[in-house]
Amino acid sequence: MRTGPGRGYPIFNVVDRGESVDVLMQRTEWYQVRAANGKQGWVERAQMELTLKPDGSAVSFEKTGLEDFTNARWEGGLLAGDFGGANIISLYGSYSLNPNISIELWGSQILGNFSNGWMGSVNVVHEAFPEWRFSPFFTLGAGAIHTEPKSTIIQGEDRTDQIGHVGGGFRIYATRRFLLRAEYKSYVVFTSRDENEEVEEWKVGFAFFF
Amino acid sequence: MESRFRVLFLVVAILGLPGCAATKNLFGFGQEEAPPPSAERPGQVIDPQVERREIKEPAIDREDFEIGAYAGIMAIEDFGSDVSYGVRLAYHITEGFFVEGTVGQSEGGLTSFEVLSGGARLISDSERTLTYYNLNLGYNILPGEVFIGEGRAYNTNLYLIAGLGSTRFAGDDRFTVNVGAGYRFLLTDSIALHLDFRDHLFDIDLLGEEKTAHNLEGHLGLTVFF
Repeated sequence: MRTGPGRGYPIFNVVDRGESVDVLMQRTEWYQVRAANGKQGWVERAQMELTLKPDGSAVSFEKTGLEDFTNARWEGGLLAGDFGGANIISLYGSYSLNPNISIELWGSQILGNFSNGWMGSVNVVHEAFPEWRFSPFFTLGAGAIHTEPKSTIIQGEDRTDQIGHVGGGFRIYATRRFLLRAEYKSYVVFTSRDENEEVEEWKVGFAFFF
Repeated sequence: MESRFRVLFLVVAILGLPGCAATKNLFGFGQEEAPPPSAERPGQVIDPQVERREIKEPAIDREDFEIGAYAGIMAIEDFGSDVSYGVRLAYHITEGFFVEGTVGQSEGGLTSFEVLSGGARLISDSERTLTYYNLNLGYNILPGEVFIGEGRAYNTNLYLIAGLGSTRFAGDDRFTVNVGAGYRFLLTDSIALHLDFRDHLFDIDLLGEEKTAHNLEGHLGLTVFF
């Protein structure tokens, strides 16, 4: 048993084989337990899995791995990158209909030299090989973008336009609930002017699934 | 090591069984020898009809989230220092990594130009309010314990943190990078004190040329794990 939930904390108590412990709570991969002598400390999952239930069967603890990366229902993440020369910060939430197809909701803030803006979109994502650690995906979506010129720019007005986009990228399983994500999207902004605008976007970031 | 012990026990057990039989014979108890365990069982007397109860793994309380508030001082470049305050929400992914979102506010004062020139104002009063949000990734780099007096020990963490966000100041939203370090002092397993230092960097062209402003913030906070 360690004094804190991490490898760096010192071991201050040892529970003998055959003794029982009460599990109080869990933080990341660590379990806080109370030993028969009343001492409380933290034990990692690998140790807890060696324990037995009162009926003698092995205890199984929830464990995340590559399989959950493929099958997890919910996912959320943060990406940042370049949106047609401006900085973009994006948050997304995703729900998987099956291992291959998921629906995503994105919210982004665009911070440029001349204008700022917000963008929201709904995507459908298809993964051809969801069981791969390095899983490529294809995405298609639509939404809206709101831009407002910076206060130091004299002319210009606020605009809200519809957008459509296609793109692709990779979801890369890192560890436990954690994944890295990199993607490219090509946007078409349906402006009220004669010509539509096309914007390219590159983003990288991290996400976790649960 | 463990399997070696098991082998050792097995060896002892194997040696022990015939040994026992031998001692029984030696002391004259051999005649009433019990049938060896491998012999066919006598007719089953009780047929157990009771199903073994399925024990469900009790839901263990997970405490991976951390929520709290903080207050401190923020020095806004060219605009003086003022009180800052904010809220934070963190999720601990592993024992090392955590993600954190913060929302905070501070107030910019007068630049030295505005003070010296008398009445001239660069921005309106409402534009002097600085609000920011950040999305950060942190790493607990130095976990440890501190000792207060003879009988008390507290867990601590020194963490490095960096992230992206946006700052609204002087009439615009500004792309902001923040880097810093913090010290988490766990009063109990679920309540922590934080001492944080952050540098918020954003570009500003209010005073002529565009430059990257360093806005240092130091704050003290309290968080609760849930």
